[in-house]
Amino acid sequence: MKNMQIDTKNNKNLKPIIEIRNIGKKYNIVHQKGGYIALRDILMNVLKSPFSFLKTKAKRAIGLEKKEEFWALKNINLTIKKGEVVGIIGANGAGKSTLLKILSQITPPTEGEIVLRGRVGSLLEVGTGFHPELTGRENIFLNGAILGMKKKEIVKKFDKIVAFADIDKFLDTPVKYYSSGMYVRLAFSVAAHMEPDILIIDEVLAVGDAEFQKKCLGKMDNIAKTQDRTIIFVSHNMEAIKRICSKCIYINKGKIINIGNTEEVITKYLRKNQTGQIEYTNTKIKKDEAEILKMTIKDYAGNINSNLDMSESFFIEIEYQLKVELSCFVVLKIFKSSTPNIFILFSLSNDNNQESPKNPGLYKAVAKIDPLLNSDSYSVLVGISTNTTNYLDYIIEHNVISIYNSGKFAFPAVETIRKNSLTVIPIKWDISEM
Amino acid sequence: MEHTVIKSRKTFSLKDVKELWQYRELLYFFSWRDLKVRYKQTFVGVAWAIFQPFITMVVFSVFFGGLAKMPSDGVPYPIFVYVGLLFWQFFSGSLSEISGSLINNQAIITKVYFPRLILPISSVITKFVDFLIATVILIGLMFYYGYIPHLSGLLIIPLLLLITFMASIGLGLFLASINVKYRDVRYALPFFIQTLLFLTPVIYPASIAGKYSYLLAINPIMGVIQSARAAILGTTPINWLLIEISLIGTFILLIFGIYVFKKTERYFADII
Repeated sequence: MKNMQIDTKNNKNLKPIIEIRNIGKKYNIVHQKGGYIALRDILMNVLKSPFSFLKTKAKRAIGLEKKEEFWALKNINLTIKKGEVVGIIGANGAGKSTLLKILSQITPPTEGEIVLRGRVGSLLEVGTGFHPELTGRENIFLNGAILGMKKKEIVKKFDKIVAFADIDKFLDTPVKYYSSGMYVRLAFSVAAHMEPDILIIDEVLAVGDAEFQKKCLGKMDNIAKTQDRTIIFVSHNMEAIKRICSKCIYINKGKIINIGNTEEVITKYLRKNQTGQIEYTNTKIKKDEAEILKMTIKDYAGNINSNLDMSESFFIEIEYQLKVELSCFVVLKIFKSSTPNIFILFSLSNDNNQESPKNPGLYKAVAKIDPLLNSDSYSVLVGISTNTTNYLDYIIEHNVISIYNSGKFAFPAVETIRKNSLTVIPIKWDISEM
Repeated sequence: MEHTVIKSRKTFSLKDVKELWQYRELLYFFSWRDLKVRYKQTFVGVAWAIFQPFITMVVFSVFFGGLAKMPSDGVPYPIFVYVGLLFWQFFSGSLSEISGSLINNQAIITKVYFPRLILPISSVITKFVDFLIATVILIGLMFYYGYIPHLSGLLIIPLLLLITFMASIGLGLFLASINVKYRDVRYALPFFIQTLLFLTPVIYPASIAGKYSYLLAINPIMGVIQSARAAILGTTPINWLLIEISLIGTFILLIFGIYVFKKTERYFADII
């Protein structure tokens, strides 16, 4: 009896800090030639064709014709406990940012409700409200106030903010003269020193250099672990999510697909991306001679995984079908999406005078790629060809391979300068006295 | 611990007032930013706040007072027109600042939450500071022409400022809300303000309209300027009925403005 009482009391204290109940967000799709709507245009429409205007209005009123709608989020239910650090992952346009915007009260939900038991601080962009004409010192106060800090609080933390941003020499210079690095450092520093109960962070680490990103992640990790803060963190950087988040949510097309342990959800997310490739069809090409059915990326252990350790080899598997007797070969290109004409790797299945099969049938080609790529994301093209200029069929997947540094390599691979190298091929050096 | 419930709501409630109070520091920071930024990289700085009304007064005095021989209720024309200009510029300046306040802070609105009412209110505060600075010229003029204000009359100045404040916020909130969706406001407003200047007894006394002068009372700023002249310069006895009409009129305008603003506020971030 006594125990039970204590239990209920504890439960009361442990009410989830965030309760999301059945949230949905609808946008009306507006077809517009660009720019903003002018009252003039609407009036002109009415004047030009008053009858059709009235007709659509009337139809809408009785529900015959619906506006074009788009549900960015639908039926989202979620509870987050105090002290939890939750990552949100999903493809672009999945609804991650919309969810954060609703949680930050920037835009209201169309349906459902959210209960927040604590002060919310949101960081959807680094440097919101920074004014270029104001000095660093002035912007710290302005930005702090916009982020919801009290003046007293800012004064108290001022020195820490300046120290973290490392800009004390330029404190009284207008920020328009700052380098972009200094600007971002200062902006993040202000944000990192707000102390809300719930911290909402959108992909803000995409800015700044590698070293600064490391510093930011460290700071966030620190906030999460030592201060019992609840954090919701959106990122495309799986490593960052793995490092900070205990729990992860995978959103796709406005719906929650998975919630749970970070590792598991990320694996499921990456695998889901894989099935996306299986359904891939290239409609531009007829494919009456050959067709690529599927491309899969597997790690050194043979598991489907496109998030790869830079110190291990991995495999690219291509399943294809020859529909007629044909002398052909498989083409593989690995490149960066920003420079699609410069290949980091180019390989043909008939390299080394190796014969590829000619008879109609189903085939599987496996290419083993040795550890040579630096940590980054890479795009892949696989194709079937009879010469090197035309493809009978091909698949391009952008940023499909993501290489990370697990630290197993003999050399320290994340040094800032080495980061600029696309490859990490170990070279044997020989230095001798002449 | 704070407890927030997020769902679609549209009406103004006591919670909003509480929230505004919580965010009063941000209100201060926005006004401070606008004042600070406005005069950065300017040569004479804050003196602009004095130049503008002063030069306008000189031009009006030369053309309307001097050449056109506009009547001025027996008061030297410069001082007569300056009292009008002081309140007029506070009103028109606030109105145009408020109308653009949401658009100009678009980047902040789409990224951070705070009561959106803070932005229009801070615009008025900024303009009020200008008003205070420009008052210096009035004091100078009064010394120059040897006018001693009636102390009892000065007491109604805060009331007149309140009316101006409510009128500009009420109308401004309405315009700011439409401006988010239809940017026409940006082009129509300067024209509208200019027209309104001639419909308001700034450069002429209300008495010029003769028996139709009561029609001008529809315009609340007319009441403000008329009463300000009565109070400061003693041109006519203070017309309490006029003040009451203006007060009630602007109050209704304010309620209307807040209603429209609150109705559209939550969707600003989606359509701005």
